[in-house]
Amino acid sequence: MAIPLSYNIRNLVVRRTATLMTTLGVGLTVAVLLSVLALVQGLNSAFEATGDPLNILAMRKGATAELNSNFTRLMFQDLKFKAGIARDGNEPMASLEMVTIVNLTSVDIPDGMNITLRGLPPVGIRMRQQVHLSQGRWFETGKREIVVGKSIASRFPDARLGGKLKFARGEWEIVGIMDGGRSAVNSEIFADLNQVSSDYNRSDVVSSCLIRATDQVAAQALINDLNADQKLNVVAQTEKAYYAAQTVSAAPLKFLGLFISIVMAVGSCFAAMNTMYAAVSRRAKEIGTLRVLGFSRSSILTSFFFESILLSLLGGILGCILVLPINNLETGIGNFVTFSEISFNFQVTPTSMAIGIAFALFLGALGGFFPARNAANKEILTALREV
Amino acid sequence: MCFTISLDYNQFRTLEKMLYLLPLIFKNTLRSKRRSILTILSVTMSFTLLGVLFAMYNALFFSDPTPSQALRLITRNRISLTVAMPAAYKQKIKAVPGVRDVNILQWYGGQYKDQTADRRNNFARFAVEPEDFFKVQTDLVLPADQKQAFLKERTACIVGRSLADKLGFKVGDHIILKGDIFPGVMELTLRGIFDEPNNGDSLYFNLEYLQQSLPATRRNFAGMFSILANSKEDVSSVQRAVDEMFKNAPAQTRTETEAAFALSFVSFLGNVKVFLLAICAAVTFTILLVSANTMAMSVRERVREVGVMKTLGFTNGNILTIILGEAVVLSVIGAFLGCLVATVLAAGVAANAGGYIAQLRNLTLTPPTIAFILAFSVLIALVSSFAPALSAARTNILDTLKYSG
Repeated sequence: MAIPLSYNIRNLVVRRTATLMTTLGVGLTVAVLLSVLALVQGLNSAFEATGDPLNILAMRKGATAELNSNFTRLMFQDLKFKAGIARDGNEPMASLEMVTIVNLTSVDIPDGMNITLRGLPPVGIRMRQQVHLSQGRWFETGKREIVVGKSIASRFPDARLGGKLKFARGEWEIVGIMDGGRSAVNSEIFADLNQVSSDYNRSDVVSSCLIRATDQVAAQALINDLNADQKLNVVAQTEKAYYAAQTVSAAPLKFLGLFISIVMAVGSCFAAMNTMYAAVSRRAKEIGTLRVLGFSRSSILTSFFFESILLSLLGGILGCILVLPINNLETGIGNFVTFSEISFNFQVTPTSMAIGIAFALFLGALGGFFPARNAANKEILTALREV
Repeated sequence: MCFTISLDYNQFRTLEKMLYLLPLIFKNTLRSKRRSILTILSVTMSFTLLGVLFAMYNALFFSDPTPSQALRLITRNRISLTVAMPAAYKQKIKAVPGVRDVNILQWYGGQYKDQTADRRNNFARFAVEPEDFFKVQTDLVLPADQKQAFLKERTACIVGRSLADKLGFKVGDHIILKGDIFPGVMELTLRGIFDEPNNGDSLYFNLEYLQQSLPATRRNFAGMFSILANSKEDVSSVQRAVDEMFKNAPAQTRTETEAAFALSFVSFLGNVKVFLLAICAAVTFTILLVSANTMAMSVRERVREVGVMKTLGFTNGNILTIILGEAVVLSVIGAFLGCLVATVLAAGVAANAGGYIAQLRNLTLTPPTIAFILAFSVLIALVSSFAPALSAARTNILDTLKYSG
């Protein structure tokens, strides 16, 4: 026969100091784990949300990022007449782009933050269907006008609508603010290709080319075609794949975070074990009595094991509550692929909460098993005589 | 005079009394061996983390530059590291008072074998002017014959000791770099392996070889200038003078010490300082909880015993000392073990530190860090056990003797 659950619950209430402390310990461990997961999840979703599976990014062979790729206008002329490219009126949907970095400073960030500046033709904007203006208008060609991502607008006081930023050879007027959903575009600045390339003395050699395929099958065929073209000498991949590969930027933080969570977990496992051993030794008489009443060894084992699980469940729930305030908190991290900053929001998802609670339960099971076995193995007579 | 002596005597007495209690304290920690061991293990884990995090904080934000590193500055384009400056800036910088030598440091990038398959293939590669390079990098150690080979041979390159060990490079090896920022392919021959305290993970080759492979329009540019100042006093004036000189030039510059330049890569990881401090706070709080929980259990278990001790003549102060002492012993043992584990882990991190964050390659627990952690463990023990210890010390003898577990 099983020992009623209320017995365990009452015990947790009676020894509330020990319960509270153990719960807090497990809760903190879970909170640390969850905040790491929230960071990685937020960053990944920023990268995953960027890019369209039909858009294909072509860079010079050997380049791993648009920033260190060189793409000449000559290559572009050859490339834009490839088969399988969608049309926008009469023109193929191909956008020659130049990517560089500008350093923006603010009062909070005196050393400045590296921001990606992208020069692109108007067709490039139409190809990015997830990007739309939230304020103002798009830049006009041939003018020093820029449109900034919404994260930049919110982080840099100078980057407001109507404001001016100084880089390259002059001042650029901010004429619009764009919203790219969760994507990395929020951390970019868009401007006219020809204006940017002439400002940076790179009229002939720009960075990359984005083309839009008519459909999925054509996209794959186009990628194969471009990669095999010896004369063009480019490497092509879907825009989505390009951004997905950049999630490696989170690797050092992910590693550090997981390392911390695991070490903390081992520590709280020992602490939970300690609490449960104390619970068992304090209740030796009760255990003896329960055995006299006819409860079997296995039901004692189950009961104590369950109590430990209950304790850690409380910790897990507490951890989830502790980590909730950071949900949606915006932060930035350097991207080692593009050498610029990407903003993202911490994301505490139901899945990561479930992982956190499962983690807590695992801790509780590990920490509760030995004390519970110890309780079950007590001899009735000695247990009754223990003080 | 008399007063001071009596004070000293009192202090002496207190100390003697405490020493007298020491065996009792140790005996008490052995009373419940399992609990003590579990507590120590749990606290050890937390102190391990604190140890590693403190070491990281130390390595990133407090590490002293080596003497020659302290004299070096890096000048780059104000807009960004990735935008070049005219190479002609070199002569102008050299003319700044306080500057001893200047070297062009050109980031090459490129691909060496497949770096997605093996991350170790992704190491730093710079084109430099060999003669000036040796003048600026004063702490670089390279055998004279290898140095000569690098100076003379246009396609020669040299690599740091740790990189050579990692990838198994030997002098005479051919290293082929495929350009990405620059067109063309660099076919290099390894002519030397150098030792340098700060950066053993880079490859340097001759800038002239790179220039020759470029179209004329791209030749006369420099990614960075590495400057050696005459003395420590000159560093800040050189820094200001260089940036001031190019204030109205088409390419404005940003000059900072080599250490500050290296730190700018750390800021890439977001707000690392806040991240590290938040985790340290969470860990510290966990230690407090574990320690307080253990001491509360331990005190509850021996209420009756405290009554007996008081009956025998132990004062409230004695009881307080015994219980606080027990917490301190457990905590210090945990901190000591934690430091040991952290030292091992730090060595592991140092061996695998990424290419960009060079500071972590010297990750160790310095003696001051260890001393700080041990002192911190005493403090944590006192804070966490003070409440249970005080309540035990203050209980009335009759109440304790009536108490039945």
